[in-house]
Amino acid sequence: MGETLGAYVKLIGAQGRGQASYRVSFWLDLTGTTILVGADLIAILVIFSRVPLLAGFSLKETIVLFGLAATGFSLADLLVGNIEKIRAYVRLGTLDTVMIRPLSVLGQLLVLDVGFRRVGRVVYGATLLGVALWAAEVHWTPAKLAMLVVAPLAGAAFFCGFFIATSTVAFWWIESGEVANSFTYGGRDFTSYPITIYGGWFRKIFAFALGFAFVAYYPGLFLLGKADPLGAPAWLGWLSPLVSAAVLGLSALIWRFGVRHYRSTGS
Amino acid sequence: MNIIETRDLRKEFTVSVKTGKLRRSRRTVAAVDGVSLAIQRGEIVGYLGPNGAGKSTTLKMLTGVLTPSSGEVAVCGFKPVPQRLKLARRIGVVFGQRSTLWWDLPLRDSFELLRHIYRVPPAEHEARLAKCRAMLELDEFLDTPVRQLSLGQRMRGELTAALLHGPEILFLDEPTIGLDVVSKQAVREFLAELGGRGDTTIVLTTHDLADIERLCRRIVVIDHGRVVHDGSIEALHARYGSRRRVIADLDEPLTAEVDLPGVRLESSLESSLALRLTFTIDGSTSVGPLVSHLAASGRLRDLTIAEPEIEDVIARLYQSDAPVPLQSQPA
Repeated sequence: MGETLGAYVKLIGAQGRGQASYRVSFWLDLTGTTILVGADLIAILVIFSRVPLLAGFSLKETIVLFGLAATGFSLADLLVGNIEKIRAYVRLGTLDTVMIRPLSVLGQLLVLDVGFRRVGRVVYGATLLGVALWAAEVHWTPAKLAMLVVAPLAGAAFFCGFFIATSTVAFWWIESGEVANSFTYGGRDFTSYPITIYGGWFRKIFAFALGFAFVAYYPGLFLLGKADPLGAPAWLGWLSPLVSAAVLGLSALIWRFGVRHYRSTGS
Repeated sequence: MNIIETRDLRKEFTVSVKTGKLRRSRRTVAAVDGVSLAIQRGEIVGYLGPNGAGKSTTLKMLTGVLTPSSGEVAVCGFKPVPQRLKLARRIGVVFGQRSTLWWDLPLRDSFELLRHIYRVPPAEHEARLAKCRAMLELDEFLDTPVRQLSLGQRMRGELTAALLHGPEILFLDEPTIGLDVVSKQAVREFLAELGGRGDTTIVLTTHDLADIERLCRRIVVIDHGRVVHDGSIEALHARYGSRRRVIADLDEPLTAEVDLPGVRLESSLESSLALRLTFTIDGSTSVGPLVSHLAASGRLRDLTIAEPEIEDVIARLYQSDAPVPLQSQPA
């Protein structure tokens, strides 16, 4: 086990060295993504310049949710964002070269191109979360501090599962990119706002059936000490690691099934 | 014990075919259609077939890349897909058309990474690498990033990469494709040496029949997913009636037609220099009577006897069955 881990560490190191040979591109990407994420925040500020409350949530409270979603998502993106490359690997048949190695296919794909350039977004999300919590004048308790650690990690695990599960579709349907993105990026945008702004079946599907309410909404309410306008109990935030574990486990099963359906390409 | 064994191995792909503007119909195509093979330790087997015959698909099922649709397969005693991780340590794979090396890193770094991935003890790694460096002349480009290597250099790197963990079986999927004459020669020499030692089983697919003639005592020919020949090259010649040719240059046309059993006039070509007659001789017939007949005519200027070429045999084999393989079917 330890030795396998060693092999992965070497692979990540190699990837870093490979990326270092394209230095300018690295810095351009890093600044580019940071600016893009900033644009999302501006959208929230614009909304609140017209209204004081958004479906019962103030600007500071909304940014706490936004920060939680951004931290979880960017952590997941840093860890498994590469899985998106599976589409290219399946289409070109290069997955063959991964499958002949004595390491897990998923593990290799994830370290094949670690996005060091995406570190910036994690820092950005965490900073935003910190600032919003400070501005919202949260009364800290040990339970809340614990939640502050648990929630972003559970959120990251949740999005990791979604990245893996939706990318697996590529094994059957090569042009699956946009569909996969509508779930992952769409899910992130969904969790960035209080779920009270969404209505009817849309909220039911995304928040509860797919579980996105457990990424930022319920843990956020707990941190803010705010009662749920929809009437759910405060402890619901603590279900978030369990929901994440379920999503991650399910995605692993889907992945396993997908790999068995790999078709490769001619020659 | 057989190191590779398959029974009734099949791989089907579903392809959707356009049948109208919007309508598509799905149909199942068998890329590999009941292949049974038994390969012993130390054998060098050439796996041949036209494009789309199912060569690569078979190889991918043997290496754990593709899951068979049905049938049984055991490689080194493992089931390739469920036991992929264990099998991967025992086999080496070279894909002629894609690289397994790290594109942006020096070749040397790829080898070092492989040492960690396969957990090869440093001393063993060094010994194997030293051998490959000497035989494949890697030293001049060991510090060059892989993306800057020529195809020939890269292929020598790929071969080394596949062998550093001391695999029991080496699978090569078109290892000489696109290489120049010198590189092809180098690759063949190396494989011949490796196979000659007898501890590595080699299975290679190729379109270059010179690879086969140089390396393989046994060839398996596959067409439309089925094995159509499994045996030696000589057996193939015998079975498909390979014919030797007698090419005679004459000063003047013969007075009478040649009428000897098993001999047929294939072509007659007249040039300003001479009249060239080409005869084909059936497998079991001696060329003696024809040669003495021609010599007796007193008009013979020159004579060549050409041994059958494996290309001709294979071409005949491919053409012998009628249906054309589907284009959409992976090879």
